[in-house]
Amino acid sequence: MKILVGIKRVVDFNVRVRVKPDGSGVDTDGAKMSINPFDEIALEEALRLREAGIASEVIVISIGDSSCQQQLRTGLAMGADRAIQVDTDIHLQPLAAARTMLAVIETEQPGLVILGKQAIDDDNNQTGQMLAALWNRPQATFASKVVVAGDTATVTREVDAGLETIEVDLPAVITTDLRLNTPRFVKLPDIMKAKRKPLEVIAFTELAVSNDNNIQIDHYAPPAVREKGIMVDSAAALVTELKSRGLL
Amino acid sequence: MSEREIMEYDVIIVGAGPAGLACAIRLKQLDVINSTNHSICIIEKAAEIGAHSLSGAVIEPQPLDDLLPGWRDNPPSMCIPAGEDVFLLLSKTGSRKLPTPPQGKNHGNFIVSLGALCAWMAPQAEALGVDIFPGYAASAIHYLADGAVGGVIIGDMGVAEDGSHKPTFVEGIEIHAPLTVLSEGCRGHLSKQLIEKFALDKGCDPQTYGIGTKELWRVAPGKSQPGKIQHSIGWPLDNKTYGGSFIYHLDNDRVAVGFVSGLDYQDPNFQPWEAFQQFKNHPDIKPLFEGGEILSAGARAIVEGGYQSLPTTQMPGAILIGDAAGTLNVPKIKGVHQAIRGGMLAAEHLSETDGSQGFDKKLRASPIMAELKKVRNIRPGFHRGLWAGLFNAAWETISLGYSPWTLKNRSDHTALKKLNDYTSPERNWIKRDLAPRDRLASVYFATTAHDEDQPVHLKVADTNICITQCTEEYGNPCTRFCPANVYEIVADEAGKRLQINAANCVHCKTCDIKDPYQIINWVTPEGGSGPNYQNL
Repeated sequence: MKILVGIKRVVDFNVRVRVKPDGSGVDTDGAKMSINPFDEIALEEALRLREAGIASEVIVISIGDSSCQQQLRTGLAMGADRAIQVDTDIHLQPLAAARTMLAVIETEQPGLVILGKQAIDDDNNQTGQMLAALWNRPQATFASKVVVAGDTATVTREVDAGLETIEVDLPAVITTDLRLNTPRFVKLPDIMKAKRKPLEVIAFTELAVSNDNNIQIDHYAPPAVREKGIMVDSAAALVTELKSRGLL
Repeated sequence: MSEREIMEYDVIIVGAGPAGLACAIRLKQLDVINSTNHSICIIEKAAEIGAHSLSGAVIEPQPLDDLLPGWRDNPPSMCIPAGEDVFLLLSKTGSRKLPTPPQGKNHGNFIVSLGALCAWMAPQAEALGVDIFPGYAASAIHYLADGAVGGVIIGDMGVAEDGSHKPTFVEGIEIHAPLTVLSEGCRGHLSKQLIEKFALDKGCDPQTYGIGTKELWRVAPGKSQPGKIQHSIGWPLDNKTYGGSFIYHLDNDRVAVGFVSGLDYQDPNFQPWEAFQQFKNHPDIKPLFEGGEILSAGARAIVEGGYQSLPTTQMPGAILIGDAAGTLNVPKIKGVHQAIRGGMLAAEHLSETDGSQGFDKKLRASPIMAELKKVRNIRPGFHRGLWAGLFNAAWETISLGYSPWTLKNRSDHTALKKLNDYTSPERNWIKRDLAPRDRLASVYFATTAHDEDQPVHLKVADTNICITQCTEEYGNPCTRFCPANVYEIVADEAGKRLQINAANCVHCKTCDIKDPYQIINWVTPEGGSGPNYQNL
């Protein structure tokens, strides 16, 4: 069984993101970029399934310009067998990303697709669900445990009320939650090996995928800054201050 | 323990700063010219190239012109031609313009971010075939049977605080090479071990240092004058403490501001980070930042000993270059051009000889050393205070460094006076309100990150000294000189103890340098840990 894992290049979770002064987006100049942490968990799970003899091949895919090859190489160094970069300068929205993934799935015919539940840059949490619908295959989102046996996957999902366990027929789309696993460190010699692994570049335009943007972004703004507090020296002073603000 | 996996190269470079990258690039260029081939790897502890690099930085472009001709057509992302030079003497309430000393004239230079410069050099090295490994710490030296340096050992990953192995544990590999180039920067932890083991500092003065703190701001529109370079001396430092400020005006309303304090300060109560904040809130400085926003912050020790403190830079199997050796020019407050030159010189040496033998002689005969010799007496001239220092600096400048004497350097940790032997000057520091509020808030802008569940990487040999002897003698200066608030004395049921907030560490090395008992040893944390500086 082939497993296809989606990887998105995002601003590293340690970096403090800042909105550009003109509100047109987020300032990524000089910011450290990484694999979306949920996608890293997705890759780790795929690698474990391969190591357990359930999967035979793990393919990592990313959509973006050549800079995302850096993250694909990291994925290869972690242990993926090969990588696909869908080359485009356009920032795709979830639906277009799902359509792109579907186009690749049609060629690759994976038995399982594992994606992060969401990317930490836009927090959309949509691509996996949309892909399952377009592909007309089952979905198991927010996975915290995955057991694959034969043609089914038993997936424990993190839901509001606790944990829900479902069984899905394969092929299916699984999206990962934080507690599924802890991704491995990359061994230094594996970085060298990754340089020799195949990385295929497909032009986005070749896939004939529609890129209708359903969502138009108006502007970005940072959260409002909390106003400075004042120190009061007694309960009476507190009451006075609250009253003066009409809060009491 | 199992046998470590081994990788082999012709040359290992420790640290992807300007010296290490220049060395790699130059050696590959020479390979092309001479039809030779050196396999080269660079090990870098930061998660990304440039993420641990912090400098002012105004650079002299000549070495870059030599290394990468045509670089001006494809400059680093932050690169602003130097404009007006301003040199100020501050008092608590005012400022006075001083004539800019000749070493402080920056016409033809460029203001850059060292981090962005390194991030720009790295792909050029990779394009020439250099393997660069960010996120891996060279934690120890691999010695050969005859005692020579034979490479480095990469730190293990996935070790818990108690030393046990987490499920993600990965044993670090050994990298072997006939030659190891140490370009770790100021107070490199492997360089420190090697200087001691091979007694490389025998016959030279002790190395001396400063602590630099820096912030990048986006100021209110219109306030930045791209290219303007301002330095100051005087307040908030007293006349016995060496140091000063820099403000470099960048593009896109950005301004770099920083403050350097000589680590030979005597006052056990002195707080270098607070001095920086006091400077920013000076009535003539503050207006620039009002209405602005701090973007990033960090700190790094600076090597200041120069000519008379330069250790022997070669040993069997390894050489020291850049700030790991100590080639920074203090009066110019510039080390990047010297580091690049040093890296290139090392590459030329390796290309000729493939060994460390003879490198030190080459370095001492090079323009790098000539530049250091010329200014050798300026920094130590400040041991007798600001005014004597300025007078001496003027003399040394006029006489072009031809004085028949060489002033001595002394080690920084011995300069610190005991509480009972020293009366701290009345500093009259002001209440301030520009961000960041305190050191913890500042660490937030350094975006430093360490997995909390890993061994503490600041090894204090005997913490009993901290709460008994040190509290009494020096009042625990580590709680003041650390710019990241790593060291705290806390009291709980068990009594007083030293708490080390290692996860805050910004890898500046000040504690390793200034601790009066020399019992703090900075070692590498898990690779990829530490600050994530953006454009510093």
